[in-house]
Amino acid sequence: MQTTIHVTINGKKRSDTVEPRLLLIHYLRETVGLTGPHIGCETSICGACTVNVDGKAIKSCAMFAVQANGCDVLTIEGLARDGKLDPMQQAFWNEHGLQCGFCTPGMIMTAKQILERNPHPTEAEIRDGLGGNLCRCTGYQHIVNAVKAVAAGKGA
Amino acid sequence: MATTTITKTEKLVGKAMRRQEDPRLITGSATYVDDIQMPGMLHACILRSPHGAANIKSVDIAAALAHPGVAAVYVGKDTEKVGPVPCGASLPGLRVPHHYVLAIDRVYFIGHPVAVVVATDKYIARDAVDLIEVEYETLQAVTDPEKAIGPGAPPVHPEWPDNVAFNYHQEGGDVDTAFAQAEVVVKQRITSQRLIPSSMETRGVVADYNTGDKALTIWSSTQIPHLMRTLVAQMLGAPEHKVRVVTPEVGGGFGSKLNVYAEEALMGFVAMKLGQPVKWIESRRENCMCTIHGRGHVDYFEVAAKKDGTILGIKLKLIQDLGAYHQLLTPAIPTLSVLMMPGLYRCQNVRADIVGAFTNAVPTDAYRGAGRPEATHGIERMVDILAAELKMDPAEIRLKNFIHNDEFPYATGTGLSYDSGNYAAPLHKAMDLIDYHNLREEQRQARSQGRLMGIGLSTYGEICAFGPSPATPAGGWESATVKIEPSGMVTVMTGSSPHGQGEETTFAQITADELGVGIDDVIVLHGDTAIVQYGIGTFGSRGTAVGGTAVYFALQELKKKIKKYGAMLLESEEVSFSDGVCVDHKTGKSVTLAEIAGASHRAMKLPPGTQPGMVETYFWEPPNFAFPFGAHAVVTEVNRETGDIEIKRYVAVDDCGNIINPLIVAGQVHGGVVQGLGQALWEQAVYDDNGQLITGEFMDYAIPRASMIPWIETEHTVTPSPVNPLGVKGVGEAGTIGCSPAVVNSVVDALSTLGVRHIDMPMTPEKIWNLMEGARA
Repeated sequence: MQTTIHVTINGKKRSDTVEPRLLLIHYLRETVGLTGPHIGCETSICGACTVNVDGKAIKSCAMFAVQANGCDVLTIEGLARDGKLDPMQQAFWNEHGLQCGFCTPGMIMTAKQILERNPHPTEAEIRDGLGGNLCRCTGYQHIVNAVKAVAAGKGA
Repeated sequence: MATTTITKTEKLVGKAMRRQEDPRLITGSATYVDDIQMPGMLHACILRSPHGAANIKSVDIAAALAHPGVAAVYVGKDTEKVGPVPCGASLPGLRVPHHYVLAIDRVYFIGHPVAVVVATDKYIARDAVDLIEVEYETLQAVTDPEKAIGPGAPPVHPEWPDNVAFNYHQEGGDVDTAFAQAEVVVKQRITSQRLIPSSMETRGVVADYNTGDKALTIWSSTQIPHLMRTLVAQMLGAPEHKVRVVTPEVGGGFGSKLNVYAEEALMGFVAMKLGQPVKWIESRRENCMCTIHGRGHVDYFEVAAKKDGTILGIKLKLIQDLGAYHQLLTPAIPTLSVLMMPGLYRCQNVRADIVGAFTNAVPTDAYRGAGRPEATHGIERMVDILAAELKMDPAEIRLKNFIHNDEFPYATGTGLSYDSGNYAAPLHKAMDLIDYHNLREEQRQARSQGRLMGIGLSTYGEICAFGPSPATPAGGWESATVKIEPSGMVTVMTGSSPHGQGEETTFAQITADELGVGIDDVIVLHGDTAIVQYGIGTFGSRGTAVGGTAVYFALQELKKKIKKYGAMLLESEEVSFSDGVCVDHKTGKSVTLAEIAGASHRAMKLPPGTQPGMVETYFWEPPNFAFPFGAHAVVTEVNRETGDIEIKRYVAVDDCGNIINPLIVAGQVHGGVVQGLGQALWEQAVYDDNGQLITGEFMDYAIPRASMIPWIETEHTVTPSPVNPLGVKGVGEAGTIGCSPAVVNSVVDALSTLGVRHIDMPMTPEKIWNLMEGARA
């Protein structure tokens, strides 16, 4: 059984016919070809698959593609505009907020959401906000610095 | 024609620079193994043992083969001639079980591969795995290494009923006399629990076989592409020059990808059989079960000392949980613990006995620090236990026993030669930063209020920059090629294989300085055996110290050639080369690097005895390891009601020699410390008595989250290494090695008023609460 879905992804509308059991992360990576979001754990713990659906950071390994029907999806690939990095991308670069880079696309999507919900978070609030995203390389400190930098108006 | 964009005088080595590799990583445009798509690509899924130990009575693949979309199913008998999975370590009398890529008639650990399904789609492959019927006869398993070598334990391998893979003895000095003369002897059993390395990217392999060329290409998430090529070619009986290994972006390794696993050869086998590309991506659950674990020590330490705290002798009985097989370096890892067991102390009298124990568990192997965290944890705990016994301050006893600055190079009782050191300097700096003496006063006040505040120190040393070739199974050198293109743009190819360490940046900094070009004029290529000359890889904190040094020497050779061409073009006897320009100081005439590079490729005229082109390759063999060191200081407070441990301050002062890029070094320390905190406080791979892995995914295995981590204050002292001209030592593992003993020392200090003398890791709230309840009772 196949289902047709209509999704706006990074500002572009598209329609695809998918298996109902197809996960959103597999749809994005394999059907759409957006391999920025990654699969780290398959159990919605690590957050490497985090994308933004209708304004909310969600874990795309824990959602079916059919559930995104009619939604507006933003992935890491959609952040930079006209060759200009998003301030959060720029801050991760400036602050050395990544090492192997595998968690980074999901981490950046979550970091943006933290500031969308709370533009001036404390360090504890930043760390709490990153709680759904695991990084094994950085020890998080430079990621915290990146979020702080954007909150302080840097990173542009 | 494009030329170099900058001729510069600003030195980049030592400068905090953002990384060259980051733009692709922050925009989602990097390519990891799972991002590779190929026409006609098939997907593999592996059926794995649900039992810790069992005989395989039968395997029925008929239903799986009949499932629509399934291209093939292979079982152990089909792949009997592939492999074995290689063990690169050798020890006298080592028992090496034959490690088939798929189990034949018996499974030895949970997750042991039994069959592989290949299908047009990964969902179909996964469905078909469930259709394979395996009849098992379960056997008694053993997962505790001490029980495994004790009486009555079930044999992991029936041919070796004592479960002993090897015994290893090492001794230096006169241990018996040291212990006979001792005024005090302290003893402690100390464990370093099994850990799951947990790189965020699991392992993955894509294999593609060109039937016309009979050439196999393997994309693998590995730290060692060239060694993998050699070993996978052997496993498949394929000619090595027709095997190409590519490491695309690698999402972390921490030693777990310093290996050659069954799956690399298995996917090569499948691609060769079917003539179609095939992809296998490890699930997280498979990663927890089937990728190597780290640590797994039970250590019995004894330290002999004088009453004034002078350490006279150290004994260690080490039981290493090997798991069911030897992976690439499994049996060698505990021997590194023995080398490092005297730590930074002037103690020549050392004796170590290792028993390598087979268990029904996935093999242990190199995980961040690989043998050295265990050794450092042991000796740093023992020094604190000795200090407590003698009622000495932990800082004082360390300062008393440190090797003196004028004793380097220092020959240790375990046969090493420590290259350079100033061990008191980072300890003093850490104590100053954390305000040690006032903290002790604060602690007295806290205790008078009934609060459980602890102050912990560790002073660690480690073996880095692996290493001289006689000390490493596959060669300890590293290679570099530097070429200047006709336009003057620079390409560096390193045999090192970075996966997050930032070598594309640090090696470009070194290159930019030596050639006087801008950093954007340099690219660093790695991880493709068809492009890069043979190399060893990135592990053991060797990337910069060995790989960077190879780049440095290649650049020195290249500069000789640049000067020959410069002299020819300037019609000069003698020229100098600096900041990207060759100058004849007599005439004042000069020629740029781009002009020289162009002339060397057009080759209208050649300097005498010189070849056209502008490329040099250098294979650098280090004469010794490098030995970084440092001091970590940690303030903790234990919640008396809950057993929760709060880290109030964390100070890390590391000495990794000269620093190429302080931003990257800070990142390495942070990441290392957090993996050390993981071991000290939360992480543990737990098997039950049947060999079932209880911590089989991130739901159950406690990777630290951002909110669990304190602010880490970092500082450095700088003692250059004399082993390499860059003066660098290595910093990838330092944080992990320094961390766990400092944290445990701090918590034991907090609970010392309750009579607590030692706590094994991980120090979970439950464990601490039980300790406190026991003390009350």
